[in-house]
Amino acid sequence: MTDHGQENAQRFADAGRPAIIRIEAVNKWFDDFHVLKDIDLTVGAGEKVVVCGPSGSGKSTLIRCINRLESHEQGLIEVDGIELTDDNKRISEIRSEVGMVFQQFNLFPHLTVLENCTLGPIRARGLSKTDARALAMEFLEKVRIPEQADKYPSQLSGGQQQRVAIARSLCMRPKIMLFDEPTSALDPEMINEVLDVMTELAESGMTMLCVTHEMGFARRVADTMVFMDHGEIVEMASPETFFSTPKSDRCKDFLEKILHH
Amino acid sequence: MVRGSKKPRFGILDVIVLAAAIAAVAYVTYRVDSVLVYTWDWSAIPGYLFRYDEDLGHWVPNLLIKGLITTIRISIWALIVASIMGTILGVMRTSQRLLPRLIGWAYVEFIRNIPPVPFLFLFYFFISSQIIPLLNIGSALDQASPATLGVVEFLFGPANLIENFLSGLISLSMMSAAYIAEIVRAGILAVPKGQYEAGSSIGLSKLAIMRYIVLPQAIQRVVPPIAGQFITLIKDSSLVALISIQELSFLAMEIAISEQRFFEVWLFTGLMYFTICYACALAFGRLEKRMGRHLR
Repeated sequence: MTDHGQENAQRFADAGRPAIIRIEAVNKWFDDFHVLKDIDLTVGAGEKVVVCGPSGSGKSTLIRCINRLESHEQGLIEVDGIELTDDNKRISEIRSEVGMVFQQFNLFPHLTVLENCTLGPIRARGLSKTDARALAMEFLEKVRIPEQADKYPSQLSGGQQQRVAIARSLCMRPKIMLFDEPTSALDPEMINEVLDVMTELAESGMTMLCVTHEMGFARRVADTMVFMDHGEIVEMASPETFFSTPKSDRCKDFLEKILHH
Repeated sequence: MVRGSKKPRFGILDVIVLAAAIAAVAYVTYRVDSVLVYTWDWSAIPGYLFRYDEDLGHWVPNLLIKGLITTIRISIWALIVASIMGTILGVMRTSQRLLPRLIGWAYVEFIRNIPPVPFLFLFYFFISSQIIPLLNIGSALDQASPATLGVVEFLFGPANLIENFLSGLISLSMMSAAYIAEIVRAGILAVPKGQYEAGSSIGLSKLAIMRYIVLPQAIQRVVPPIAGQFITLIKDSSLVALISIQELSFLAMEIAISEQRFFEVWLFTGLMYFTICYACALAFGRLEKRMGRHLR
């Protein structure tokens, strides 16, 4: 087992939560480029994991493997007891448990905010239009934009769009939420409205895996910090330990750059 | 919008171009008028638009109007059939599976790379005269009730010409579908990858992603080239006159020959085509403004 593998096992045993995501010895290549190297990561139900690291370190690829937007070549990924394989039925089962929020929002521009939120519940879950609408309004209120329900995405600000994207994911009632740099494409003044919604979501007990450079948010919300570089998990620790006494030089370097710019 | 607020500008170059155009038109008019020595006679045309039916006791459409109606009928049907075929073929061409991609590719390349005239004749020899009679449409219509017959005639034209109409419709649709397929394919390819990923991540199947996310956006993006293709289709419908489909051009040709009034008949026929094509262009212009305004 790798260093971080033991670290992972130890950390996990200490927390005393049932595992909801198990990633064991996962490897992935893009052609010749070894993008994920022997990744071990166990996430407990309700745990908040923040993944950080320099660009190209494989952090996005890692969380995209969890709902099979990317496929891993070696190792095991298990989500809520279901192992991810090429089997389409399993993939869609896992996808319906895992919500994802993207850097570029990826809202459907031809649909209204409300229709963006009801499409999944109606077409994937088989809800009636009325039920889906009620569900969508409930979550649009949670992200505080019910009054925008009939607008189109292009009529909203970036922060509003990202909150709609979060509501759209929540409408599928996922057990796990993945965030892939959710605030990186936002103007600075809109970052907080999105982070506030994410913080509330974290407080509600959602299991979250979050790739982000927002270290203030990480400090506030994370149970576990994961630092990745060159496709490896270099460090894994509680935020207190992680920010005060990083062990590796690579991690120190990174924190230096990101915290004192 | 910035684009709409541009002021029209008119410079010296525009004056020259305009003058050249007026001169060209004037010269052609002069040639036709004095050098060609042609006596214009439009008197035959109205009689071919409508004629008084002695038996019925009222005015009925004559050949030119009948031809126009057939052309409009065949164009509308071909638009529908070609759009459906083209969309399916376009989706097939973007499939991840080899077989659909190969079929779509073969179809498009086959149609696109032979001119319409040889295609029409090949179609006529092998499909129209061999396969369509097997459908026994004529005898089926003989047994149909007057009500059914009425509906069929409204949709497809006179019963005795239905096989003829179908040949024209199928050949025209087949030709147009290949071009529409390419336009639809381009539209699909223009939809960003993130849209597929967002669709997958809310648990939609591939088919649902195509139907509810990708195709609606693809089609909204390709309204302008589709409009061009539809207008081409209406004009190309005149080609099926070659295989004796009794639409506007076929009938115009007969009238021109029997009346020996080529200039008048063809000028008038051209004007009829222009009217429907331009109406179609205007309609699409409006549609374009309404659709796609939410796409970034």
